[in-house]
Amino acid sequence: MNWHAASEKAAALGAGLVFGVGLALAQMTDPRKVLGFLDITGRWDPSLALVLGGAVGLSLLTFHYILRLPRPLLGERFDLPASRRVLEPKLLIGSTLFGIGWGISGYCPGPALAQLAAPNAETWLFLPALIAGSVIARGINRD
Amino acid sequence: MTTFTPVSALLGGLLIGTAASLLLWIDGRIAGVSGILGGLLPPTRGGAVWRALFLGGVVAGAALFYALHGHAPQARAGFPGTLLIVGGLLVGLGTGLARGCTSGHGVCGLARLSPRSLAATVTFLLVAIATTYAVRHIVQIAG
Repeated sequence: MNWHAASEKAAALGAGLVFGVGLALAQMTDPRKVLGFLDITGRWDPSLALVLGGAVGLSLLTFHYILRLPRPLLGERFDLPASRRVLEPKLLIGSTLFGIGWGISGYCPGPALAQLAAPNAETWLFLPALIAGSVIARGINRD
Repeated sequence: MTTFTPVSALLGGLLIGTAASLLLWIDGRIAGVSGILGGLLPPTRGGAVWRALFLGGVVAGAALFYALHGHAPQARAGFPGTLLIVGGLLVGLGTGLARGCTSGHGVCGLARLSPRSLAATVTFLLVAIATTYAVRHIVQIAG
């Protein structure tokens, strides 16, 4: 592997590391914290609004400049989703199913995966089910 | 019950935004966990290494934070395993069909000003809030 390809992969590892520290620091990995945010009629914990706000706010600023570059620093091109259709059934049905799963469990994919850093009994029920669901979705998407 | 933690929430969110910015700037990739994970089920030729490194980084980052900070979230006492399994299936299936989760649509997609991601994010957030309400206040399962 040449220097260029190795650096590209090191960047993926580095970005993942920063992402994981951010998730754990923000307590996104604690489903109590997540449900405390989603439960707006209970004793509402607005913390997650700041997590999302901080992440989106910073990315809005940086993406604006990054996506004006002719190409990424090491990658060949920007690998962005091609589809632009908004009112697509799969997008809305999928997001609805995701919302139900997130609301009943308190986990979305990133935090569920980050749980592997310190797995508990919940990890071994949720994560295999998440992977099974993803495999089913891939099968449906391929048709 | 959790309490409002504005500083760690905002800092965690900024780290997540930093990670998403680094991956887009250097490698030209979108830091969406469900998409990166889905691309490994099964692994595609050429794309498997950076995906595995990013996801490994997420786990290592959370592990690093717990090693320095001391405590990882424990399993919720008495939380129904059925909700975790059904939740995991729905999160995997839903994010797979919608081609994005909290990070892919909620952070990167909104930062790219993608109408699809806005539709997805509004949908899964509202559905998750409604679901949490139903689980906690109608069916009355604590968690």
